[in-house]
Amino acid sequence: MIVPMSLLYLVEKEFKQMMRNIILPLVFLILPLAMMNVVPRLLTQEVRHVRFVVVDNDHSTSSEQLVHKISASPYFDLVAAVGTGSEGLAQIESGDADLVLQIAPRFEREMVRTGRADISLQANAVDGTKSGLGASYAAQIINAFAAEIAGEQGAATRAEILSSRFLYNVNLDYKTFMIPALMGMVLVLIVGFLPALNIVGEKERGTIEQINVTPVGKVEFILSKLIPYWTVGLVLLLYCMVMAHIAHDVSPRGSVLSILLFATLFLLVISSLGLFVSNFSDTTQQASLVMFFFLMVFMLMSGMLTPVTSMPAWAQTISLFNPFRWFMEAMRAVYIKGSGVSDLLRPLLCLGTMALVLFPAAVLSYRKQS
Amino acid sequence: MNRDNIVIEAHGLTKRFGTFTATDHITLSVCEGEIFGFLGANGAGKTTAMRMLCGLSKPTAGTARVAGYDVATEAEKVKRNIGYMSQKFSLYDDLTVAENLRLFGGIYGMKRSEVKAKTRDVLVELDMVATLNQRVAALPLGWKQKLAFSLAVFHEPKIVFLDEPTGGVDPVTRRRFWELIYRAADRGVTVFVTTHYMDEAEYCDRVSIMVDGQIRALDTPARLKETYHAASMYDVFYALARTARRGE
Repeated sequence: MIVPMSLLYLVEKEFKQMMRNIILPLVFLILPLAMMNVVPRLLTQEVRHVRFVVVDNDHSTSSEQLVHKISASPYFDLVAAVGTGSEGLAQIESGDADLVLQIAPRFEREMVRTGRADISLQANAVDGTKSGLGASYAAQIINAFAAEIAGEQGAATRAEILSSRFLYNVNLDYKTFMIPALMGMVLVLIVGFLPALNIVGEKERGTIEQINVTPVGKVEFILSKLIPYWTVGLVLLLYCMVMAHIAHDVSPRGSVLSILLFATLFLLVISSLGLFVSNFSDTTQQASLVMFFFLMVFMLMSGMLTPVTSMPAWAQTISLFNPFRWFMEAMRAVYIKGSGVSDLLRPLLCLGTMALVLFPAAVLSYRKQS
Repeated sequence: MNRDNIVIEAHGLTKRFGTFTATDHITLSVCEGEIFGFLGANGAGKTTAMRMLCGLSKPTAGTARVAGYDVATEAEKVKRNIGYMSQKFSLYDDLTVAENLRLFGGIYGMKRSEVKAKTRDVLVELDMVATLNQRVAALPLGWKQKLAFSLAVFHEPKIVFLDEPTGGVDPVTRRRFWELIYRAADRGVTVFVTTHYMDEAEYCDRVSIMVDGQIRALDTPARLKETYHAASMYDVFYALARTARRGE
C-alpha cells in the first residue's frame, strides 16, 4: 500500500499538537509512574490486623494456647476477652472488633477425644474481604492447632488434611497478578480516553470545518488520529514494563513480542472506540461522560478484581465483548505462565474481531458532509 | 471575468432543519472570475447556503453544481476545486504559520519543496515574513484573517468561498483584505463572499440579498441602487432586510 503524503502531514500535525499540549506530556510521564509504583502497594489483598474478641468458655490450657497462637500471628490483633457471646457481638456492633472467636465449654476434652475443635467464628461482613479472609486465616490456624494437639495425644486425626499447591504464582503474590492488569489500565486510561476527546475537540474549536472542506480521505484522517495514540500506547507500555521490573522485579515469563502483538490489537480497539464516541459527540463533556461509562464497565467486568467465572451468566456474556478482559487475560498469561500466542488464540481472536469491527466503525462514523 | 463560463450554479437549493427552513429554494449562477457578494441579515441563511455549496452540508432539496460537480453526490470532487474560509477562525492555534500552510498544502497533495517556496511568496505578499515560525494563536485578528484567506487559496483553487472574512477589524485592515481579494480575482479565481459591510458590497461585481432564507434581489450594485431608488447599497439592504420576519 502506498502511504498517501497527506497522511504523513496529518500525523506530523497530531504529534506536534500532542507534545505542545500543556498537560498531556506530564500525564504520559506521571500516570504510568503512579500506576506502577504506588497502586500495586495499595491494592494488596492481604488482610492484616484483623481485630478479634475471644469468648473462652473452656478456660483450659489448650484454649489459652490457641488464643495465644492466633494473637501472635501478624494477621490478628486481640482486642478483648469477654465472658459471653453477646458481649462479643456488642464489640462488633460498636466497630471495635471484626471477628468473635467462641470456644465451646468442653473444647479441650472433645479435641483430644475426637480430634475436632468446637469453635465458632462470627465475622463482621460489612467489609466482605476482610471478614472472609480473616475467618479463613483463623480457621487455618485452628485446624493446624487441632491437628497438632491430636498428634501429640496420639489420637487418630479424623480431620482430613487437604493440601493445596499454588501453580505459577507460587507465593500467591498479589503484585505479580495485578501489575499486568494495571498496565492494561494505563493504556485504557490514556489511549481509550484521549482519542474520544480529540475529534470532538476539533469540532468545538471549529478546526474540523477547515479539514472537512478539503478532499482529505476519511481513512487517512482517522488513521492520522489513531497512529499517534497507538505509538504513545506502545511506548508507555514498555515504560511500565521497565518500571515493573525495577520496582517490583516483575518481568514477563513469555516473550515481549507476544505482549506487543496483543497490545497493538488492544490499542487499535480502544482508540477506535474512542474516535467512534468522539464522532457522535457534540461536546468534549459528552464524550468524556460516555467514555467514563465504558471505562467503568471495562474494569469492573474484566476479571481484574473478581474472577469472570464467579460473575452471573449474563455478566459473563457481556464480558466476552470487553476488550480489556481479553488483553488483561493475555497479559497475565504471558507474564505469569509464560504463555505464547498459540496458547492465547481466544483472546487473539476476540481482540482481532473487535478491531475489525471498530476501526471501520470509526471511519464510517466520521462524516465530512452533514 | 468570463461570462460564458458558469462555475457556481444553484437551482432551488433548500436546507431544512426539522421544521425550520434555513435556506429556501435559492437559485443563482456565478461566472468564472466574478466577485459575487452574498448579502443578508444575521440568520438569513447565508452560511447554510455557503456550506451546501462547499459540500459541507447536504441539500434537503434542489441541486447545485460547483466547478462542474454536484455538491450532493460529488462533494469530494467539489472540495478539490474550492477554497473555504469559515466565519470562525479555524486554523490550528497551536501550530505555527508555516506549519498550518504546510499541513493544508500537504493535504491537497503539494510537494514539500513547492509548499516551502509558496509559503515564502505568500508571507512576502502579506508582509508577514517575520511570523513564519510564530504560533497562530499569538497573531492579531487582522493577520489571522489574511492568513486564513491565503490558506484558502494556497492550493490555487478555481473558486474561493469567504464567510464574513472581515468581521471585527478596522476599515484600513478591511481595505487591505479586499486588495487580496482583488488580486485573487485578477488571477481568475472566482470569489463568493458574504459580508455585513455595505462598502464591501460596492466592491462586488454582483450581489444577492437574502431575506428569510430566500434571495430577494440579485444584480450589480449599480442596477440595484437604480431599482430601489437608493443612494447607496446600505439603503438597498435596509429596504429589503427590514421586511424580514425572522428574528435574529
